[in-house]
Amino acid sequence: MAKEITGTTWTVYDSDTLTQAEIYGQVLCDLGDVHPEIVGLSADLANSTKIGNFGKKYPDRFFNVGIAEQNLFGIAAGLAKSGMLPFVSTMAAFVTMRAAEQVRTDICYQNLNVKIIATHGGTSFGPAGSTHHCTEDIAITRAFPNMTVIVPADGVETANAVKACIEHEGPVYIRIGRGFEPAYYKDEEYGFQIGKAVEINPGTDLTIIAAGITVLQAAETARILKETDGLSIRVLNMHTIKPLDEDTVLKAVEETRRIITFEDHNVFGGLGSAVADVIAASGKGCAFEKVGIPDCFAVVGYPEDLYSHYGLDANAIVEKVREVMGRDFEEDEDWEDEV
Amino acid sequence: MPVTETELSELKEKAKEIRKDIIDTTVAAGGAHIGGALSMVEIMTILYHKYLNIRPDHPQWEDRDRVVVSKGHAGVGIAPVLAGKGYFPKDALSTFNQFQSRFGMHLDSLKVDGVDVSTGSLGHGLPIALGMALGARLQKKEWKTYCILGDGECNEGSIWEAAMAATHFKVTNMITFVDRNRLMIDGATEEVMGVEPFCDKWRAFGFIVKEINGHDFAELGQAIDFALNQDGSPVVIICNTIKGKGVSFMENEVKWHYGSMNSTLADQAKADVEAGLN
Repeated sequence: MAKEITGTTWTVYDSDTLTQAEIYGQVLCDLGDVHPEIVGLSADLANSTKIGNFGKKYPDRFFNVGIAEQNLFGIAAGLAKSGMLPFVSTMAAFVTMRAAEQVRTDICYQNLNVKIIATHGGTSFGPAGSTHHCTEDIAITRAFPNMTVIVPADGVETANAVKACIEHEGPVYIRIGRGFEPAYYKDEEYGFQIGKAVEINPGTDLTIIAAGITVLQAAETARILKETDGLSIRVLNMHTIKPLDEDTVLKAVEETRRIITFEDHNVFGGLGSAVADVIAASGKGCAFEKVGIPDCFAVVGYPEDLYSHYGLDANAIVEKVREVMGRDFEEDEDWEDEV
Repeated sequence: MPVTETELSELKEKAKEIRKDIIDTTVAAGGAHIGGALSMVEIMTILYHKYLNIRPDHPQWEDRDRVVVSKGHAGVGIAPVLAGKGYFPKDALSTFNQFQSRFGMHLDSLKVDGVDVSTGSLGHGLPIALGMALGARLQKKEWKTYCILGDGECNEGSIWEAAMAATHFKVTNMITFVDRNRLMIDGATEEVMGVEPFCDKWRAFGFIVKEINGHDFAELGQAIDFALNQDGSPVVIICNTIKGKGVSFMENEVKWHYGSMNSTLADQAKADVEAGLN
């Protein structure tokens, strides 16, 4: 039974029974009341992405362009040029690969105010296979100048991200799953801010940096390891991949010296690579491991089976932490000049 | 409003001036997509000197008509027109293609006043123009969106995605031109990738098609007047043109898709333009 959680601006429905997309659809409907400039667009995925809810409420401000993603993002660019605020939803694979050039050239190059909610990110649409998985999107969108890249942990954070992106001028890519992923947050009041990581568990032995579905698993890992191994694991919810909260990463390097990144994305080019850039540039010794999809087209299966298969669940990450805790590395004790 | 006799002679003079500016800019740039710039001169001239409701001293004026030159490589055919309207001084064109110039061969809407959309990658303009037209309609604005396509770029699927959608959404505040000069980089359109029967294709996508001589101001004026008064279906004006129009050694020559000139050749080209070669 869906219970309602009262948020600051609108009502966020129980994120255990509603998917990220459903919450997003609801939030966008509510925002549509106060923002007449919002228009919704999809490409025959209005129902799957839940932007159709907005379309039902505001039929005049909703465009379903059919199965034509290049046109989808071109139209969105034009609408933004004319002063509207387009929210565009389709599956991550089609946003970032089929229409990559429209997103990059029409939207990012002109720094247009287009908000993209990409659903079915990572392997969240597991049974559909690699045509519908998208473990490349963060790498792709991160390389587009002007683009902000957000990977919300769950439905509650998606609601926060959607609200925040309206206040943020310029293109934003919000990557969510298919839904049905269990929620981490119970309410919206935790200080979500674009570009600012959230420390969801304090710790001094090792830092897990997570984004998206892995946030809940990382929190669970920290809880397990405290009980079983007496380890103090810091967990960062790095919901914004770009611009990356470099200060918080550097602080984790300094204070824990061991970092594991954890994401439903290819280990090449995503959160792990973004964090690796910061660590490498710091010149500091730090045991570091990237956990993600190991540069392969993932197998078919239900998402929870895939997460287990690729080590993207708490059981696997517990073992990974133990491995990294045993690793030697050269430390430079002089941090005063660095942080 | 039909083109009057006075307007006709003024437009012809303007077109000559624009062609000469295109030639000068090509020389300064060290090379440019001059063939396709020259073929669309009459389309640009009649838009900017008869139809467009714009304020060059206020480039972002909200109620201005919009122009999307989807064949963005023809930037050398746009910038001189904008300079002629006073968006920026003509001598700024001498920096074309130079280090850190605001003018590259594909114009950047964030750097060049009067350019509504950054184009260059083919097949992008019509979807963007369609979005702008939908935005105007949603906001109950009277301004129009004019989109100029190349014929070669109509190989791109995204053009036809947008064409399908323009009809579906009954968009009539967008007027589309195709600069049908029949040449692309690798040769004749009909040899590289045929688009014929071209008019029938547009009709099949729900457009009202006006096929005209794209160098004839009277025909252009009639077609635009017709399009401005349609309220049922989108209109496309297929402008039959000559690539390199006005310069004897460039007309219908594939190699002048992109070319550079020294001052001697440029003088010859400008003499052709002045003589009003047909």
